[in-house]
Amino acid sequence: MSFLQVQQLAKRYPGAGTESTVFEGVSFAMEKGEFVCIIGHSGCGKTTILNVLAGLDAASGGTVIMDNREVAGPSLDRGVVFQGHALMPWLSVLSNIAFAVKSRWPGWNRIQVQLHCQKFIDLVGLTGSEHKKPAQLSGGMKQRVGIARAFAIQPKMLLLDEPFGALDALTRGTIQDELVRICAATNQTVFMITHDVDEAILLSDRILLMSNGPNACIAEVVENTLPKPRDRHNIHHDPQYYRVRNHLVDFLVNRSKLYQTGEAARLAQPPVVRPGIEDLSPPPTPSAKIVNLRQ
Amino acid sequence: MAGSMRLKAGILSVFLLALFVSVWHLGTLTKAGTQVVDAEYAKLVGQQASTGQKSAFPSPSDFGAKLLEHVRNPFYDKGPNDKGIGVQLAYSIGRVLLGFSLAALLAVPLGFLIGMSPLVYRALDPFIQILKPISPLAWMPLALFTLKDSDVSAIFVIFVCSVWPMLINTAFGVASVRRDWLNVAKTLEVKPLRKALTVILPAAAPTILTGMRISIGIAWLVIVAAEMLVGGTGIGYFVWNEWNNLSIVNILSGILAIGMVGMLLDFLVGRLQRAVTYVE
Repeated sequence: MSFLQVQQLAKRYPGAGTESTVFEGVSFAMEKGEFVCIIGHSGCGKTTILNVLAGLDAASGGTVIMDNREVAGPSLDRGVVFQGHALMPWLSVLSNIAFAVKSRWPGWNRIQVQLHCQKFIDLVGLTGSEHKKPAQLSGGMKQRVGIARAFAIQPKMLLLDEPFGALDALTRGTIQDELVRICAATNQTVFMITHDVDEAILLSDRILLMSNGPNACIAEVVENTLPKPRDRHNIHHDPQYYRVRNHLVDFLVNRSKLYQTGEAARLAQPPVVRPGIEDLSPPPTPSAKIVNLRQ
Repeated sequence: MAGSMRLKAGILSVFLLALFVSVWHLGTLTKAGTQVVDAEYAKLVGQQASTGQKSAFPSPSDFGAKLLEHVRNPFYDKGPNDKGIGVQLAYSIGRVLLGFSLAALLAVPLGFLIGMSPLVYRALDPFIQILKPISPLAWMPLALFTLKDSDVSAIFVIFVCSVWPMLINTAFGVASVRRDWLNVAKTLEVKPLRKALTVILPAAAPTILTGMRISIGIAWLVIVAAEMLVGGTGIGYFVWNEWNNLSIVNILSGILAIGMVGMLLDFLVGRLQRAVTYVE
């Protein structure tokens, strides 16, 4: 039995007369220590899926089982890194992380909490900024605090909602490297939403591709065939890199809109694709370059 | 640059004050011995008043002299109708602080409840909407009748007028705490009381303090009127009593003191407000 099992998840909103379905028939599984990314256009319900996994939102149908227990509400077992960092502006970096640590281990004394927080502040490279308020930090540093806070409670699973979306390319690169390092060191299970194809290839073991909403579904599961450890600086020299990348971009640009209503039910088991090794899709268009998915 | 601006503003302020005092001084200059009042009245009030040797309205120097007297000896107590201005102010400040604190004790927890529960908000909203626009002094007769004590009634009136801004601001502040912060608390399984004290309270604190600042301002406005009604002690009573004594200098001193204390109260709550304000 897999560590995380998502079965037939659906989200519907009652509309005037008819229900509107955001997504349905979303099923996938994750093993311990696996890093899974989910990619899709805006409005396909990625964030809703993540919120359901976090226990912050309730699905209209389907179940989520983590570590043999049904997910029925928020839990300290699942750490969340929010899109907008969600730091409390009246608390310092240290206090923001300490707030989480004290929630996880209420019995700890002040020194234990402090030492534990310091370990994670050092881990994300924020040593020296412990007593700064979030307003005094750059966007990248704030997101690092958010990551440190999520890691510090040592959750069984980490949920990242487009954590680097608001960062510039340079900062994003550095933090991605850190995330790779920390995940490798802690063997963390991670579920992450991203809009960035390169980010997904760099970080993930598998990539879930979602079709366009409404009535979205998981159209394909792409296995990342690039060997680990991957290095941001020379990953693109691997010929396999562009095969995977082209496959993803091709899906987002051309095929994501082809899945129509009712398709979701048929796709109860989405095809697993290993681009470049056994490719189901038509040959990728060579002209597919950088696509800005954030519009 | 900012320093020179402050200096210029200061010079301008002093100039405006000097201009005001000069106009005042010119307006109250002694006019030479023409009879300005009715002959019958002149007999009644005596030579000086009747011939207008001196303006009825005090000159700046009269006022200055009286003010100095008050500042030198603010805390004397020579019976019910002759207390120092400091004593009267202390009575008023005491009433305001007591009424304001009682209002805060009710308004902040209740505002929390209203802000957190849409049901409670909807249930209480009609009452708040009706009670809020009632002039606090309209409660005075009812308070005197039920509480049977003029002092307690004055405090009640202060309580009533300061409760609404605090209640409404607290509810608003609590209701508009960022969803993200509440989600963080949820994913960390933070217990309700700890969430209220460590997430919602600091997040809403600037808005709550805004309400308190409005409340203390209104309370200080209302206490003067309330004390004029109930009498006995306080700066409002002082001003009214000096009207009965026809001592314009004392009325002016009272007015200035009311302004100074009002400014001080606002300044103190403003400091508190700055202390809890955070930069997002």
